[in-house]
Amino acid sequence: MMGLLRGRLGTAAGFTLGALLLLGVAPAVLPVFSLGLLGKFLCFAIVAVGIGLAWGRGGMLTLGQGVFFGLGAYIMAMHMKLADASLFGGSGVPDFMSLYGSGEVPGWWEPFRSPVVTLLAVVLIPGLVALVLGLAVFKRRVKGAYFAILSQALAAAFAVFLIGQQATTGGSNGLSGFRSFFGFDLKDPNNKVMLYLIAAVVLLLSIALARQLMHSRFGELLVAVRDQEERVRFLGYDPATIKTVTYVVAAVLAGIAGALFVPLVGIISPADVGVIPSIAFLIGVAIGGRATLLGPVLGAVSVAAAQSALSSTFPSFWVYFQGLLFILVIGFMPGGLASLPSLIGRRGKFRTAASTPALPVAPAPASPAALLKPEEEAAMPEEARR
Amino acid sequence: MTTPTLLPDGEPRAGGLRHGRPKYLEVRGLSVSFDGFLAVDNVNLDVVQGDLRFLIGPNGAGKTTVIDAITGLVPATGSVNHTGTEILGRKVHQVARLGVGRTFQTASVFENLSVLQNLDIAAGAGRGPLRMLRRRKTVDPAVEEALEIIGLEGATGKMAGILAHGQKQWLEIGMLLVQNSDVLLLDEPIAGMSQDERGETGELLRRIAASRITVVVEHDMDFVREYATSVTVLAAGKVLSEGSVAQVQADKKVQDVYLGSSGVEAAGA
Ligand SMILES: Nc1ncnc2c1ncn2[C@@H]1O[C@H](COP(=O)(O)OP(=O)(O)OP(=O)(O)O)[C@@H](O)[C@H]1O
Ligand SMILES: [Mg+2]
Repeated sequence: MMGLLRGRLGTAAGFTLGALLLLGVAPAVLPVFSLGLLGKFLCFAIVAVGIGLAWGRGGMLTLGQGVFFGLGAYIMAMHMKLADASLFGGSGVPDFMSLYGSGEVPGWWEPFRSPVVTLLAVVLIPGLVALVLGLAVFKRRVKGAYFAILSQALAAAFAVFLIGQQATTGGSNGLSGFRSFFGFDLKDPNNKVMLYLIAAVVLLLSIALARQLMHSRFGELLVAVRDQEERVRFLGYDPATIKTVTYVVAAVLAGIAGALFVPLVGIISPADVGVIPSIAFLIGVAIGGRATLLGPVLGAVSVAAAQSALSSTFPSFWVYFQGLLFILVIGFMPGGLASLPSLIGRRGKFRTAASTPALPVAPAPASPAALLKPEEEAAMPEEARR
Repeated sequence: MTTPTLLPDGEPRAGGLRHGRPKYLEVRGLSVSFDGFLAVDNVNLDVVQGDLRFLIGPNGAGKTTVIDAITGLVPATGSVNHTGTEILGRKVHQVARLGVGRTFQTASVFENLSVLQNLDIAAGAGRGPLRMLRRRKTVDPAVEEALEIIGLEGATGKMAGILAHGQKQWLEIGMLLVQNSDVLLLDEPIAGMSQDERGETGELLRRIAASRITVVVEHDMDFVREYATSVTVLAAGKVLSEGSVAQVQADKKVQDVYLGSSGVEAAGA
């Protein structure tokens, strides 16, 4: 039974169900406003899929995904600003530039007038930045906490840089007031639904990509690198390459998510890309279950939904609650909520001595070091369980 | 009966293969210093394909460090030549790709992966990106053979982490086999094994070594006597003696070093 559920049939069925819910049911029952909100959560979920790969499977504590999210977002935002300026008003100069700056478009904005360049850049620039960074960091064998601190510092620096560039990036206000998206009017509800649908499709595709990577030989090797990086070297692999590839994939997903976030939400500012959002990305992933396929997605959506429901009513309470939840999960349930069924199952088995095949589950380490430690049970690729 | 691709027939013998052009490992003037402390001091070592060399010596003699130096784990000076190729000064994974494999004093397998996955990864360093990105559908013939050789064909789906101690060591040996290394450096492969497991491992080493360059670090002199075709004795980072088991046992210097320990002289004569 379980085998069947976990098998190919189960996967196809699960995927179809997910697609039906996201592409069929949600647009049918939700008002446009809620759909936009859900679309925003789905963007976070796309980032989470990448973090699940890099952190859950690869053991890289990516505390700075806001950078890649921000790169994708700002690239898209620049394009939309330029397009708006040409469409409405005709001057070709975004409104805020005339307000705060010289009224001239800086040279490095110009390439993003082109829709094609923009779409390519949304994928390539986060990918290239991650490639350079990954090679520099992983070839030098920077790992664990140092990598985490480094990526966090990068997110902080990125936000500071953006804030300092009032005239060219909108400073701490960021970029907002978009009116069109590749020629589509953003006020039109149909176009809002379309944006949501694009986000949903991209999420489904990223899940499919993550699944393929996890179940490929590469995915098995990635787990080996996570658990025993040094050992892998003696088998003739360079772990730096494997980690860099994974890091690039996570960065590209974050960049695409950022690019979708901008038209859906209508604003991007340093507050969406700095340290705090970077940590927030991680929290959803941790809560959902970082080493599983769907844990990060469900975790990210739930945390984002809880945040938008609670933070307006209890703004300060939310931050503490989120932090507490994070600590509890990392400390006592490093496999996240996704590991709950098997944790319960294990208890049940001891009581009833059921004849299900034993799953090797090591107790969750209750220490801060658990952040950087592999999980046991949740990490097992499904083939191994059969 | 297995098709003998990983383990061709034959017995290891002192001095190695006598026909064709045997592969060899030639270590010259190998030195490793940790903050001024010479853990390995000007070591010379020659091992020819088909020889089953044992590297023995008291605790702290530098045996593990010699292996670490050859495999690129610790920086060293001198030269290590593998059948015409200098391997010293390369990165760990490059040395591995040049056909030098090793095991560790404490078995280190990928505990969260199955036996099959462990072997598949070991067999796969030469795979291209496209094959890497695809699912593992069939079992590599070499992996299949290795499973049979190490007696784990019934445990392919088991997590390596829950294997018995001896089985983990065998899995490591299996990983070495499918890795297709010509040079095998095994660091105390029978430590912690039962008598029966030791015997089986010894026979396995014998079959492996017949066609490879094999260096086994070991403390148990009974085991050394039983399976070694040649022995190198290391003490305080230096090569003290080299030859057949009988020769090194008769060596006065070796007896002095082992005096008081349960080693050579107790079991000698
Ligand atoms: N990374 C290191 N830094 C400093 N000293 C080291 C290091 N590794 C080993 N040593 C020292 O080098 C010497 C040789 O150690 P090594 O582990 O090679 O001995 P060994 O012959 O393998 O001993 P054993 O039989 O106990 O395994 C020891 O004195 C050890 O303390
Ligand atoms: Mg040692």
